[in-house]
Amino acid sequence: MASRIVEFTLNGRLTEVMVKPLTTVQTVLREQLGYTATKSGCKQGGCGSCTVLVDGQPMMSCLLPAEDIAGQDVVTLEGLTPRDGLHPLQQAFVDNYAAQCGYCTSGMILVGKALLDSNPEPLRDDIIDALAGNYCRCTAYEPIIEAIQDAAGRMAASNGKEAHR
Amino acid sequence: MAKKRGTGMAAVNYPTGMNLGGDPSQALIHATTTGNFVISLSSTDLGQGLKTVIAQIGAETLGVPFDTVLVDTADTDTGPHCMGTFASRATHRVGNAVMQAAEEAKKVMMEVAADELEASADDLETDGQGMIRVKGSPDRAVSVIDVALAAHFKYARTISGRGMFMKPKSPVDPDTGKMDPDSTEAHACTVAEVEVDTETGVVTVLSLRSAYEVGRQVNPGLVKGQIVGGAFMGMAHALYETTAPYYPATDYAPTGFSDYVLPGPAELPVIESVVLEYPSANGPYGVKGVGEMTANSPIPAIVNAIYNAVGVRINDLPVTPEKVLRALEAKG
Repeated sequence: MASRIVEFTLNGRLTEVMVKPLTTVQTVLREQLGYTATKSGCKQGGCGSCTVLVDGQPMMSCLLPAEDIAGQDVVTLEGLTPRDGLHPLQQAFVDNYAAQCGYCTSGMILVGKALLDSNPEPLRDDIIDALAGNYCRCTAYEPIIEAIQDAAGRMAASNGKEAHR
Repeated sequence: MAKKRGTGMAAVNYPTGMNLGGDPSQALIHATTTGNFVISLSSTDLGQGLKTVIAQIGAETLGVPFDTVLVDTADTDTGPHCMGTFASRATHRVGNAVMQAAEEAKKVMMEVAADELEASADDLETDGQGMIRVKGSPDRAVSVIDVALAAHFKYARTISGRGMFMKPKSPVDPDTGKMDPDSTEAHACTVAEVEVDTETGVVTVLSLRSAYEVGRQVNPGLVKGQIVGGAFMGMAHALYETTAPYYPATDYAPTGFSDYVLPGPAELPVIESVVLEYPSANGPYGVKGVGEMTANSPIPAIVNAIYNAVGVRINDLPVTPEKVLRALEAKG
């Protein structure tokens, strides 16, 4: 089957790639475009380290054919990271020791982002539910849960400040 | 049929490093022209934070700010020799090597500073903030940056140091088996609380509470990370993980990561710990190793708690629901 052009938005930028059928979004990001914050863990949809946001929803890019994201809005960890400094979720992960080997971190942060976008004040159980598809082998999840709770507080505080202005 | 709760305890004495072949590690340190110090190692940071604690140890010994110390773990082709990051040895072994290298480098730094300040090196002290001062005359000072520049461009000296740690190989007494296998030992005790469902055989760990004696903590946040993560790994080993569930038969073995059974965040028990610090005599600043032991005591503690809950002793890991039900049936 012939390759085809897929057009989508990547981290706010209109992007075009030429892909063979069934090329995954993970391969497009990491190998064609060099966006390596998206990790390649199990390549079976089992670990969540390849999570990206597609139209705001966390998806495992290792199982996602690139043709399926045509016209959609894809955000990777690179897109979350501001030009200067860190996103509040990233800073909360640093401050709460929520990364050790770091392989799950990109996926965890994006899952946290999707959660906080839809539920800015999540309960502990909401966070645990949100993390269900993402494995971490180092931290026992506790620091990750604490980091997302912490980030929710920081983001609420900074939103409050902006609203006040 | 009921859900029964039980409590179990286990303790561990854990050796730091191994000593069957000397177990050496080496480190090199040099200052750049900008007054940063680079620590070159072959040791690997697995995510436990080795680079952070090594930079802390190097900065403390050199007397310079933490953020001016860069740790380059390079690779084993180009770096100084290290046996590796295993056996809870890296902070102890590599830390000792880094301290020695830092002392040698500091001596050169102070000699250059002495030339710059026209003082005796013995009369100088670092302030840990990037300055070297004449003791008792705080106005007579020079920055580490200026010392590094002077060393490179004025005195043609290299502010550098070599460090190595090796405990001589300990032979085994053939008659008694007596030997000296390690440098120091850390200690821990874990109390596990479990709930066993006698209908399904499912074991739920409710809490893992531990006390750890790990010598001096270089970085308490990283130590806690090891303890919490290790407790969960221990629980995973006790109840879930195996590549051969019916060993030696290979039936039902997982065929990939997707069907290898691991606990997830929903299985997270309460994990609490306290840390006691009795500095070791031979670790850098009194450290002992803490990495591997954190996954050890939770396992027998959980197995003991299952026994306490339902009176069956299962010695074959992982303790799957099937094994619990078979044991309960055999017990009658």
